[in-house]
Amino acid sequence: MSVLETVLGHYDYVITMFLMMAGLYIVVASGNMVKKLIGLSIFQTSVYLLYIEPGKITGGTAPIVDPAFSVYSNPLPHVLILTAIVVGVATLALGLALVARINEAYGTIEEDEIFDRDRES
Amino acid sequence: MTAVQPHLPVLQVVIPLLGALLAGLLRRGTSGFALALAVSWLMPLIAVALLCQVLTGGPISYHLGGWPPPWGIEYRVDALNGFVLVLVSTIGAVGMPFSYRSVALELEPRQQAWFYCMYLLCLTGLLGITVTGDAFNAFVFLEISSLSTYVMIALGRDRRALLSSYQYLIMGTIGATFYIIGVGFIYLLTGSLNMVDISARLGAAWASQPSAVIAALAFVTVGLSLKLALFPLHVWLPNAYAYAPSFTTVFLSATATKVTIYLLIRYYFTIFGVSIDFRALPITEVIVVLSLAAMFIASLVAVFEQNVKRMLAYSSVAQIGYITLGIGLADQAGLTGGLVHIVNHALMKAALFMSMGAVFYRVGTVNLKDLAGIGRKMPITMAAFTVAGFGLIGTPGTSGFISKWYLALGAFERGWWWLVFLIVASSLIAVVYVGRVLEVAWRREPSPAIAEASDPPLTMLVPIVLLAAATVYFGFFTEWTAGVAGTVAKTLIGGLK
Amino acid sequence: MKLDLILRIGTKLILPFILLFALYVQFHGDFGPGGGFQAGVITAAMVILLAITFGIDAAQRIAPPWLVSRMVPVGVLIYAGTGVLGLLLGKNFLDYSVLLHDPVHGRELGIFMVEAGVLITVSGTMTSLFYAFAERGR
Repeated sequence: MSVLETVLGHYDYVITMFLMMAGLYIVVASGNMVKKLIGLSIFQTSVYLLYIEPGKITGGTAPIVDPAFSVYSNPLPHVLILTAIVVGVATLALGLALVARINEAYGTIEEDEIFDRDRES
Repeated sequence: MTAVQPHLPVLQVVIPLLGALLAGLLRRGTSGFALALAVSWLMPLIAVALLCQVLTGGPISYHLGGWPPPWGIEYRVDALNGFVLVLVSTIGAVGMPFSYRSVALELEPRQQAWFYCMYLLCLTGLLGITVTGDAFNAFVFLEISSLSTYVMIALGRDRRALLSSYQYLIMGTIGATFYIIGVGFIYLLTGSLNMVDISARLGAAWASQPSAVIAALAFVTVGLSLKLALFPLHVWLPNAYAYAPSFTTVFLSATATKVTIYLLIRYYFTIFGVSIDFRALPITEVIVVLSLAAMFIASLVAVFEQNVKRMLAYSSVAQIGYITLGIGLADQAGLTGGLVHIVNHALMKAALFMSMGAVFYRVGTVNLKDLAGIGRKMPITMAAFTVAGFGLIGTPGTSGFISKWYLALGAFERGWWWLVFLIVASSLIAVVYVGRVLEVAWRREPSPAIAEASDPPLTMLVPIVLLAAATVYFGFFTEWTAGVAGTVAKTLIGGLK
Repeated sequence: MKLDLILRIGTKLILPFILLFALYVQFHGDFGPGGGFQAGVITAAMVILLAITFGIDAAQRIAPPWLVSRMVPVGVLIYAGTGVLGLLLGKNFLDYSVLLHDPVHGRELGIFMVEAGVLITVSGTMTSLFYAFAERGR
């Protein structure tokens, strides 16, 4: 019973872990380069959740100082994750650009076919 | 000077950043090179000034935006990262003249300015990782250096450069994300991202939630090991080094993995080590076993490689094994050996890859079968290759011997005789793979394909000879390598719980 | 192309409001959620919408590629330049409190300049990413 309570009480972390594992699995298992990048993005997104979840404080409001409120949510995780999102976008863009170039050079974006073509030449 | 001195830590990062932006704005190959050269030559001056200041006056702390730590981002220079700053900036400064002709040959004109822009961004990132005292800031700089590295690799002429860049991007991003998950755990446990502050608070977390601390340690270790190519997470490295433009390989092999190793040392010895008793965890065993696997398996693969750049890349994996072996031993002599090998390996590997870059410049290939008799056509280049190759083996009189001597001493301190034997045995494999190249280069008759080859122009030759000379110099005069490393190791070991 | 009349008229109507909303998000960042990053993405979305409905040449007439790709380093230069300004005025890098006589107003001005830099860089980056992929294979 207590295990179930722990799982339900931390359902947000369960979602985070599911996304983390699913993303990593796609990166490892898929042979298609674009799908691999999508998996990588899901993996990174789970980390955004990991940081943002503890930033919310029960009863806390947006961290803009106002005499009417005394409890604020922690703004730091959001700032950190804004940076991480920028990094994630840059990585995804660069990855897709590389895939576009690979497609022009090899004529395919399936990893096993690319390895075959390199072996032939 | 006095007005500039307090700001040196931040200038170390801001100047290359401004240089990169200007290079991106100007878009001309020559002006990009001029900017990169000016910045690269300025950096060692700042780094040496910082190291001298640290060695005499203790750690320097710089508060970004005037916000005091642990709230603001702190740049913190102590003897350990001062040492790494000098290494990275010196490699950049020595290598930069080499890049001019090499880049002009291997890259199309419209790509050259971007290449220098990316090089400066990479330098920004590497120096930033080294100088920062903030765990998340280190991640940002890690990604700045990684993203620019992927571009620098993908600019290689061979289409396999694109593929290896893509593979490195996937592996590198997984590594950085693992690292950031680890930092996330640390942040949840301690509520802080400042490295000094974390090390003060982690002890309490360890007492209440040891499993979470171990999870954080595991994520950080795996993430950084991916980036520093610790066996068996090294699979991205050989292809990336083999197909990248020559200067990219020179710069990355000498700096990128070394800076990540520094970050690992920083986490082990000044963050986790001071609050956790490492003897309770099997860290030494794991790292020593993986390092030994790297030293033997990667060296054996190198023996059978036909492409000399790929061979040297596998040798890099093996040499990283020696450095992590020193970290795993974690005693005075062993850690000194690991730290010294960071510098020594950087210098000799830069020399080796540079001479191969020069061969590529003249001959257009680095396949072993095409290099018969190259020593007679390019005597100075291949002489430097030979000297640095001896350093790789660890012959007495070269800097490689110094590192292995300290590592053996470290193993001896623990009473691990078998480890001393294994260090010597793995060096014998290095004799085989370096010997293969030397035999082909010096003992065979020059083939008609390389009849036109001769030593490269001075801008390439001088850096090669300088680095090879450094390999010999630091084999005899060790005050600035083993001396400083010994002091650093003493502080690090003294801080361990 | 000629048939999707509603799409073309609708786009023409909505474009100025997208830009206006971007500026609102940019300048409202002081008092509520918003800031240069979001505003930059919205600005870029305007250019991308224009390119999708009217073709990339129409978009490049109002946002020429040479300008867009130079906006990327210029924005970061504004950001870093603001930091260096603090350095030149005798405080630490990124310390904006010295930009005006009063530290609080100085910080406000500093953040304003930094956000302007972020707006320029982000909109430039997003637009040039779109151009780079859209022009591939033309």
